Amino acid sequence: MSNAKFKIILNGLINENPTFVLILGMCPTLATTSSAINGFSMGLATSFVLIGSNVAISLLKNLIPDKVRIPAYVVVIATFVSVVEMFMQAYVPALYASLGIFIPLIVVNCIVLGRAEAFASKNSVFDSALDGIGIGLGFTFALTLLGMVREFLGTGKIFSMSVFPDKYGMLIFILAPGAFIALAYLIAIMNKLRKA
Amino acid sequence: MTYILIFISAVFVNNIVLSQFLGICPFLGVSKKINTALGMSGAVVFVMTISTIFTYVIQKSILEPYHIAFLQTITYILVIAALVQLVEIILKKISPALYQALGVFLPLITTNCTILGVAIMVIQKNFNLLESVVFAISTALGFGLALILFSGIREQLSMVKLPKGMEGTPIALLTAGLLALAFMGFAGIVK
Amino acid sequence: MKKLTSSFKNMLISLLSISVFSALTLGSVYTLTKEPIEKSKNAKQENAIKEVLPKFDHLSATEKIPVSAGDTLNVYKAYDKNNVFVGAAVETNSKKGFAGDIKLMVGFDRNGNIINYSVLEQKETPGLGSKMTDWFKTPNGKRDIRGKNPAINNLSVSKDGGEIDAITAATISSRAFLEAVNKAYRAYAGNSNAPKAQDANSGASPISKTEQK
Repeated sequence: MSNAKFKIILNGLINENPTFVLILGMCPTLATTSSAINGFSMGLATSFVLIGSNVAISLLKNLIPDKVRIPAYVVVIATFVSVVEMFMQAYVPALYASLGIFIPLIVVNCIVLGRAEAFASKNSVFDSALDGIGIGLGFTFALTLLGMVREFLGTGKIFSMSVFPDKYGMLIFILAPGAFIALAYLIAIMNKLRKA
Repeated sequence: MTYILIFISAVFVNNIVLSQFLGICPFLGVSKKINTALGMSGAVVFVMTISTIFTYVIQKSILEPYHIAFLQTITYILVIAALVQLVEIILKKISPALYQALGVFLPLITTNCTILGVAIMVIQKNFNLLESVVFAISTALGFGLALILFSGIREQLSMVKLPKGMEGTPIALLTAGLLALAFMGFAGIVK
Repeated sequence: MKKLTSSFKNMLISLLSISVFSALTLGSVYTLTKEPIEKSKNAKQENAIKEVLPKFDHLSATEKIPVSAGDTLNVYKAYDKNNVFVGAAVETNSKKGFAGDIKLMVGFDRNGNIINYSVLEQKETPGLGSKMTDWFKTPNGKRDIRGKNPAINNLSVSKDGGEIDAITAATISSRAFLEAVNKAYRAYAGNSNAPKAQDANSGASPISKTEQK
């Protein structure tokens, strides 16, 4: 793979990481990361929609008149979301139940529409797919990391494997306030690292 | 009585922002000044109530009778997007004053996940139409309450000197965390 | 290819064709996943029934038994090879959970003793109320409800004068859980194979034995 293509992927993962840098898609980030595995699955589901909609929109970009582009994008995105929703319900029902309302809400995740508008509508199909992969990876990485931190501090487990007994866990990190606080510090640390 | 319970639960106990994590984007985005927070809250109350009524009626009169409930997500988002545009146009004609106050926020609302979230939630919770309306209004008020409180705190915070890494989003999230902690105190008052 | 201009005709055609295409996609995915979705829903229920009952050969048709006005529970009666009644699983619920409804499957043997339970659905606080998934089947102190009979034992939390230890810091969730269990017993007692009331002070409110289809 040429260097330039690789950069597109890296861009989504680091320089334009949707969670830590662009601060987009906060709702699922906070809500589904009470455990590492939930965060990871949410990241994957979003990535699938992101890659699919990026490719489709890039393919269709010349067929969509400018004035109606937003509704057209929304229909494309909503289609992919519904597909994910039905497949998850059929094959991973337990996961579907635990992510709940946040699966249909991928439709209004600003990251997906944002990438369609900012990247896929201007670039080639292949580049758009790479961009989808990059941003998707970045999002999945961020959600998994946040999920791990919260699960570890809250219950003493990582990916459900016990590290210390859960009676010493700080429950607050699994609950709503902990989500905000953990993400605040993660972003602060990322800020520090990027500037250094 | 049920309506009062729904109201208290949606505003305080299960506050849409601070315990359900919906609408975080506008919560962080338009909370730097109390005035904009007020405008946004007004627009959300307005749109959420109307859109919940519309999606509820569509669900019960079209999607369910014809067994096409799997089109829920796509239908709702289109209805909401169209509705927001309509509200904008009508408001401009009928009440320029109101349009002045809420206008800029209306386009932002389409991607506000609270609207779609509430539309889906009232179906999941098996509410009837009146309960849905009460739920929508209370949820929107809860959103407004959280947003206005938060913007009040942020106005003060902007004058404080912070460590460099904590500036901007991190401190905002931290503040939201403490606010969420305070709202946890409401837990259990409705049961 | 040149980008289409925003004329009315172009906009209409473009949006219409995208909508038609997406409707076709969704329709076909729906037909494709319809069966697996049904199956996984049924599998969940079957597994729960197996988990809470002793080995059985077959189930009878589901009985719907009313426990209060407008509230009807499903009772699945299990029989062994010789068609002898071995017990029944009851799908029960409580609306008094800390965060939303709680749904349980509770298994009773032929004398009305609780064999086991399985939580089908709960949204209680993670780490507190959510512990109900195995708290009440842990042999520790007065937690375990297995082997108890709701007609004889007072299945409510000790704070309310009952015999069961509530989950630490989650009394509301525990109360809701036990409410669901007691409700399940009332439905069980209403089924046609239930033991005739041998205990006068059962505490369970009298219920009509009429079965409803």
